Amino acid sequence: MRYLPHTQQDIQNMLQVIGASSLEDLFATIPDRSCRLGDLDLPGPLSEWDLRRHMAELASGTVNSDHASVFLGAGNYEHYIPSALRHLTSRSEFYTAYTPYQPEVSQGTLQGVFEYQTLITRLMGLEVSNASVYDGASALSEALLMTLRINKKRSRVAVSKAIHPHYRKILATYFEPLYAEIVELPYTEDGLTDTSGLEQIEDLAAVAVQSPNFFGCIEPIAGVAEAAHDLGALMVTCFSEPLAYGLLEGPGTHGSDVACGEGQSLGIPQSFGGPGLGIFCTRKKYVRNIPGRLIGQTHDRHGQRGFVMTLSTREQHIRREKATSNICSNQNLCAIMAAIYMACLGGSGMHELAQLNLDKAGHLKQELQKAGASIPFSAPTFNEFVVRYPGDGASLTDRLAAKNIVPGLPLDDYYPELAGHHLVNVTETKSKEDLDQLVKEVTA
Amino acid sequence: MKEIHELHLPEELKYTQDHEWTRGTETVRIGITDFAQDQLGDIVFVELPEVGTQFEAQDVFATVESVKAVSEVYTPVSGEVVAVNEALEENPELVNKDPYGEGWIVDIKISDSSQLESLMDSTAYMDMLKGEE
Repeated sequence: MRYLPHTQQDIQNMLQVIGASSLEDLFATIPDRSCRLGDLDLPGPLSEWDLRRHMAELASGTVNSDHASVFLGAGNYEHYIPSALRHLTSRSEFYTAYTPYQPEVSQGTLQGVFEYQTLITRLMGLEVSNASVYDGASALSEALLMTLRINKKRSRVAVSKAIHPHYRKILATYFEPLYAEIVELPYTEDGLTDTSGLEQIEDLAAVAVQSPNFFGCIEPIAGVAEAAHDLGALMVTCFSEPLAYGLLEGPGTHGSDVACGEGQSLGIPQSFGGPGLGIFCTRKKYVRNIPGRLIGQTHDRHGQRGFVMTLSTREQHIRREKATSNICSNQNLCAIMAAIYMACLGGSGMHELAQLNLDKAGHLKQELQKAGASIPFSAPTFNEFVVRYPGDGASLTDRLAAKNIVPGLPLDDYYPELAGHHLVNVTETKSKEDLDQLVKEVTA
Repeated sequence: MKEIHELHLPEELKYTQDHEWTRGTETVRIGITDFAQDQLGDIVFVELPEVGTQFEAQDVFATVESVKAVSEVYTPVSGEVVAVNEALEENPELVNKDPYGEGWIVDIKISDSSQLESLMDSTAYMDMLKGEE
């Protein structure tokens, strides 16, 4: 759908109809202290040449993966994005800030989202997907709210400490005003969620783990799901690296009732950490409890295939305070990017790419161990793992920064018990030389 | 949509302001009225409570979803759900076709039969609907 701004004439006509003399008059009810009057405090305009030079100077002061060897993942991953993707998603029909509601003018966008839903449910091994939500953290939060709607009489959710710390913070914000309580599950010395205390938790509505978890370890989903189901609770599997499911079977195949998480890996640029893609998939029997929008396929009166928003009667614009969620927004363009990315790679391409990530990360893990680094967790990993580099971790970060190497995320601030450890990520973008150089530098 | 005089309002039933009907005195059968089903249009889903659930009067015990809206159904009496109309899971359109018969929603064993006294008879309900027009 094209973006057509209002002209001055449009604005004057609308003001005239409602009887306001000017825009200031229209906004007169806003108190002065809440209203910015006058111009913004900005420097004067620059010519295009000067502006480009200015921006290039600003950019040269940052470390970015085009000019540095970055082993930082932790929820936001450096993957190669096929050129076709940027070309297709920059088409003005897709490049709109809003989800178009009217099917008569937005079949392309609606079909794009429908294809996204189809592809992502296949990757996740589940039956239905919504049109996506904001990001991984909001997907997890909405998932746990949904389990409370389904398990109405229960009021506790068990959440693994090995879920991304930022996701857990946002979840706590969602739950703060609610009647329900979050119970944290510790992690074992293998780096996996400790579910041994589940039975002691009364009123359990859901169990949530991340896989691969924040430490990169692959959780035994099927076993956790069985334990959750035995207690009458739903199983929620969250993730920050969906590419892992190019190799692993989808969470739904292993008994998860909800698969939710961040989809940035699927063709979305890192862009300083956002915008993201909140993936949300579940079983068909819960479709009426899904938050957010859903696009469905139908046919018109001539029998031709078409796409429309489906189950909107549960959404906020119709059901107001009783809606399944009142944060239904998504970044639609990101969902379309993911659809195009998955279509570009295909099922076998996703599998090969995931294998490449696994192999490269495995190689680095092995070489680091040989060079004297220690790996605290024995559980299997995908493209990310925790390591304690030889020597002093803090000085290492500064020393390597000077050589344009970012050796991963120091875990001190997130898990004080893992002070001195780094979370290291290796994707297909790293060459063997990059890996060898990191090993050489950390042992220097 | 139906005109007021076309509505079917059986005389033996009691009616609520929220457009539910009740039949019986100890175990009470509850559904939605001909007016309610007609206003909602084609019903595509009915969310039923579980047998054994306790409700207080004015609690929501079910939701009825049509192609254009989702509406709550309120119980006018307190008590325990002793039966639900499972046929609605596969055939929600029964509520449209036969709202007082095969389209019933639940049976509630009531704990305080005096709550039935405040409900309307068919004439009073019809008067209320005319006022809504």
